[in-house]
Amino acid sequence: MMFKRIALAGSFLAFAASAGAACEIGARVNIVGNEFPAIHTVANGAKACTGAEVKANLTAEHQKINLAGMIGNPAEYTSAIVANSSIVALMNEDVIRPLDDLVAKHGQNLQKNQLITINGEVMAVAFMANAQHLVFRADVLNEIGVEVPTSYEELLAAAQMIREKGIMENPVGGAYKAGWNLAQEFNNMYLGHGGEFFKAGTAEVSINNEAGVATLEMMKALSEYMNPDFLTHDSNATNAEFRAGNVALMNMWGSRAATLADAEGVVQGVKDHMGVAGPMTVGGGSDAASTLWWDGWTVAKNISDEEAEATFIALANGIHPDMLNEETSLEAVWLIEGYEPTEAAVGVFAAAQMGTEPYPMLPFMGLLHSALGAELSDFMQGKESAAEALAGAEAAYTAAAKEKGFLN
Amino acid sequence: MKHRTFFWFFLPSGLAMLLFIAFPLVSVLTQSVFTPHEAVLMTVENCGPFGCKEETTIDQEATAELRDSNPLGKFVGAQIYLDRGHLAAAEVAEAWRSTDSVSAFFAELSDLPFYSALSFTLVFVFTVTPLTIVAGLMIALAVNSLHRHLKGLVIFFSLLPMIVTPMVGSLILFWMIDSRGVIGTALQYISGDPTLSLKASTPLTWITLIVYGIWHAAPFAFVVFYAGLQTLPQDQLESAQIDGATRWQRVKYVIVPHLMPLVTFVALIQLMDNFRVFEPIIGFSAEAHAQSFSWIIFNDMHGETQLLSSASTTSVLTILGVAILLTPVLIRTWQDFKGKK
Repeated sequence: MMFKRIALAGSFLAFAASAGAACEIGARVNIVGNEFPAIHTVANGAKACTGAEVKANLTAEHQKINLAGMIGNPAEYTSAIVANSSIVALMNEDVIRPLDDLVAKHGQNLQKNQLITINGEVMAVAFMANAQHLVFRADVLNEIGVEVPTSYEELLAAAQMIREKGIMENPVGGAYKAGWNLAQEFNNMYLGHGGEFFKAGTAEVSINNEAGVATLEMMKALSEYMNPDFLTHDSNATNAEFRAGNVALMNMWGSRAATLADAEGVVQGVKDHMGVAGPMTVGGGSDAASTLWWDGWTVAKNISDEEAEATFIALANGIHPDMLNEETSLEAVWLIEGYEPTEAAVGVFAAAQMGTEPYPMLPFMGLLHSALGAELSDFMQGKESAAEALAGAEAAYTAAAKEKGFLN
Repeated sequence: MKHRTFFWFFLPSGLAMLLFIAFPLVSVLTQSVFTPHEAVLMTVENCGPFGCKEETTIDQEATAELRDSNPLGKFVGAQIYLDRGHLAAAEVAEAWRSTDSVSAFFAELSDLPFYSALSFTLVFVFTVTPLTIVAGLMIALAVNSLHRHLKGLVIFFSLLPMIVTPMVGSLILFWMIDSRGVIGTALQYISGDPTLSLKASTPLTWITLIVYGIWHAAPFAFVVFYAGLQTLPQDQLESAQIDGATRWQRVKYVIVPHLMPLVTFVALIQLMDNFRVFEPIIGFSAEAHAQSFSWIIFNDMHGETQLLSSASTTSVLTILGVAILLTPVLIRTWQDFKGKK
């Protein structure tokens, strides 16, 4: 592991030396963002710029500090790396600036589909795409003689066969940890059932309906084939189960697929037979039970124009087409010009081709996500009915939305 | 002490208390009665890598005007206190009307976040606090009767649970009690049930958290009681021995009454600490089974959209809870103090 880190750091340095030559900035840059390999690569590309200091604070806790660090004037962070869910919190508080003039001046290497425009103004520059999709064990599916599932119903049937044949006790994996993860699985499945979260054009929630109940029932059915501790399993714990060879079928993030078989102690069967496929459908529908995500960077509003320009130049350098090489190509599904999809990217590409819904960029979606995360675990434990759980989530959301001024 | 002398003597700590205790309280209280302004929404077209879509967003210009004219937000009085996330006045009344038995009423209540947190918090407080005191006393008595060469080493090891950071301690135990972990597997073997999982059942999760709470806090009680044991009146103990008192009788009639003021002290601190139980819930990923007030505050501030007013309201309610909990102990201390005069 250590050697790999050193090797990785080495490759960053080499890349920094090659790409950094042309990048010159005139003011400080300070980036806050999530912590995974692709974002490290982007931040290191930005750090290759010379002329002023470039700092980066990359942490899994970024959402708790980015708003606090950008709301002051002058802002501590000149840029936050966000996703389509987390840009909303920054938009709500009006702490990021439109980038149109900077795109015109320094954005020659950006592709049009990288620009996130809101009401006609560019508010962020996306550099990678992500989605949850099926990850499976080809050898186990061979053994029971079924094709790779394309729907959750097929997945359930396969899981039953795997258990009956005694191959695995709990063949299904899922990040069902109470809180954000559980709510995200609800979102996926609800969209797969063709559900709408809100009454059109309003902040009024509407999930307590047929699609919502069907969603919860499918989640419950899946959980019967999961490790009984599923309410404590986040993506990391789910991956660990897969790596240990305890799980044959799971819905997993594309950004984690490439490195899944690539850790210490991974069972040989997983290394040899791991497969990736697109997201599944559910309930006979054609909508993918998944959401599409982008990760991108923003520029703070409460900083000087010089700092904003420097930030833009540095981060544009971080996602310069020259950064793509064998190693970085594996890290993500890049939206950068010249990117050639690798084998691990199949799932995310399939998700995009199926017309999977992007995670909604609504000011109040975060409140619904939190409410679902807190209220659905009682149903998953069999303590209340699906309708009760959905009514609870709706009531929790409504109280929060009233507090935030989205509802009267 | 002269009043003048007392004033100057007290001034620095009085100022510090004002700054670090009174002002934050006022600030939390203020934030709990104000909410953000109504958001002016508008529908716009958003475009990105996956195409364009009509979506709702906040009209920043219109909202900025509202904010500038009244930066504190909108005064709502007790609205947040009474909403579903807190005291849930309307929901409780509705539950009272619609249920015909007390148990059904409480089942309805346990669906509301505040009351669900209250039930776990109270169970935690009233099991962990007495058991911590008993465990601490037992360890202190045991260590005190050891040979002096052994004492140092044993004291060091008994303090370890307190020295280990709560988050780390609970994480280590979390992995050990996993159904594939050391303790989890051992429990499955002993009970003969291969599907037994501490993390999948609410009662077992509660027991785990309570055991962790005692494990973590017992060293604190131990240290305090051990210090107290060093001041035991030896002549009283000896005379009890001559009178034929057994070891148990000596503990019950001489040692425990001597340590009583320390028991009150430990109980006070533990009641406060346990009421604010937080780290084990995160460390054990127990959110699905057990919530506490501190966890609710954390959850409000943790989401993608932060709920400041809601978190402040829960903070105020926590402070009130601690105050109510401590009242009997404080009254007792006050009476002791007046009695001594």
